[in-house]
Amino acid sequence: MAIIKQISVFIGNESGRLAEVTGIIAANNINIRALSVADTSHFGIMRCIVDDPELTERVLKDAGVLVSVTSVISVQIPDEPGGLAKVLSVLAENGINVEYIYAFISKEDDKAFVAMRIEEEFRALQILKDNGYEKQ
Amino acid sequence: MSNYYNKMIETAPRHEMRALQSYNLSKTVRRVYENVPLYRQRMDEAGVKPDDIRSIDDLKLLPFTMKKDLRDTYPYGLFAVPMSQVVRLHASSGTTGKQIVVGYTENDLKMWGECVARALTAIGGSNKDFVHVSYGYGLFTGGLGLHYGAELLGATVIPTSTGNTARQILILKDFGSTILCSTPSYALYLIEALKESGIKKEELKLKAGFFGAEPWTEEMRLQIEEGLGIKAYDIYGLSEIAGPGVSFNCECQDGLHVNEDNFYPEIIDPVTLEPLPDGEQGELVFTCLTKEAFPLIRYRTRDIASITHEKCKCGRTLVRMTKPCGRSDDMLIIRGVNVFPSQIESVLLSMGDTSPHYLLIVDRKNNLDTLEIKVEVSAEIFSSDSIKHLQEVEARIRSKIESTLGIAAKITLVEPKTLERTEGKAKRVIDNRKF
Repeated sequence: MAIIKQISVFIGNESGRLAEVTGIIAANNINIRALSVADTSHFGIMRCIVDDPELTERVLKDAGVLVSVTSVISVQIPDEPGGLAKVLSVLAENGINVEYIYAFISKEDDKAFVAMRIEEEFRALQILKDNGYEKQ
Repeated sequence: MSNYYNKMIETAPRHEMRALQSYNLSKTVRRVYENVPLYRQRMDEAGVKPDDIRSIDDLKLLPFTMKKDLRDTYPYGLFAVPMSQVVRLHASSGTTGKQIVVGYTENDLKMWGECVARALTAIGGSNKDFVHVSYGYGLFTGGLGLHYGAELLGATVIPTSTGNTARQILILKDFGSTILCSTPSYALYLIEALKESGIKKEELKLKAGFFGAEPWTEEMRLQIEEGLGIKAYDIYGLSEIAGPGVSFNCECQDGLHVNEDNFYPEIIDPVTLEPLPDGEQGELVFTCLTKEAFPLIRYRTRDIASITHEKCKCGRTLVRMTKPCGRSDDMLIIRGVNVFPSQIESVLLSMGDTSPHYLLIVDRKNNLDTLEIKVEVSAEIFSSDSIKHLQEVEARIRSKIESTLGIAAKITLVEPKTLERTEGKAKRVIDNRKF
């Protein structure tokens, strides 16, 4: 598991905006590894893990998009029933609050990843390590 | 103590000023009665003769002039001199109806130039300054108005006019501009562009700026001062009366001194038309005491302000007006409540959560007025990347607007730079209601 950079984009309530933003990312040959869109009735926040966060931040800012770079904890979990429930209960037992979470599969067999936004990052990392989740 | 461009006038005792004003008023009234058909007709209808106007106290006997009168006499119907004596024409932008035409003789231009020179001196300007004029040059009075005043003062004038922001920033840096003159909206735009250019405000030699041509709030002033590292001063005027320089902030930044030897101000109740005492808010009315080509008598500006004769700490005795808090035609009536866009601007800026770019959309659904306020999200509030936080900001704005205005509004956060930016007056309101 590791702390990785996540790109967050503010998406106004206009049709086609999400297509435009992902289009810019694609045009720059950047690969999106994981994606989540949180929405309200007025606006949305698109969060994604990309293979080049610095480049993504730059090209989106140049295109006038409101971008924020935040960090999330990525943890590798077994791609089987209970994989997700187990890691979440470890955190819950230790009083760690997860603000949001989304999952992505990996090209490797039997492996899945979750990206979690956790305020107490370092304590969470320690707890996960103590519970057998490996540092990457 | 300030420097004065014209110490005698700017610090004149009240009785001397009144004597001067009375003398010029009676001269001007006689001239317009004899040369301007509309004024002769109006005065005859009111039973007032030029001989009846002996002092400034008699001003209230005279009829008002409205913008409609200028439109009805387009283009030269209100001119009081033959066109051969008119050496300059200007016209308004015509944002509300047909454009209006104003004119100046050589003496008028000198007088106007001096008004602006007084203003520049009051904010610490002198012939050592580099005055960067970013108001539009042309029929608009802003550019040429500041230009001639700065030139008269002996400053080094940099006539960039509007547009080509990247070049303006380079000029600010390379030419060493010390005083910036532009609209407040453009100043905010420059601040954004400056951030993007990578040039720091500390690299510029700017010390002060004169902003006007549209209403702007105290909060915007602080934003401009912070963003450019300068003192931001108000300059006020309207083409119908002359142009910028009718009144100006001094270093105290506490009201605007009116060049009342040339432009006599009154505050009237816009409904009863009765003059109001010092300190009470009402409609600003100006009478041109010394203009030759286009002297308007009791022109109703539709700007809302109050005046005071209290002596200013700068030592000037020139009457002061408050910053106009909105034009009566900027005012919206939503569900029976008077709303000025500037009130909303004040709320947004005082909360500090959003950029100062907003748009009001007024509509009517099911026989009820609705108000939506679109506000651009700033990088600062988005840095937390949290939906909850953004919703909290929306809710806070909604509640503050409701308590300030007395009406509920829908708040929509939008992406930065999606609301129109203009170099002239910013369009803040879309009113979809059809009456």
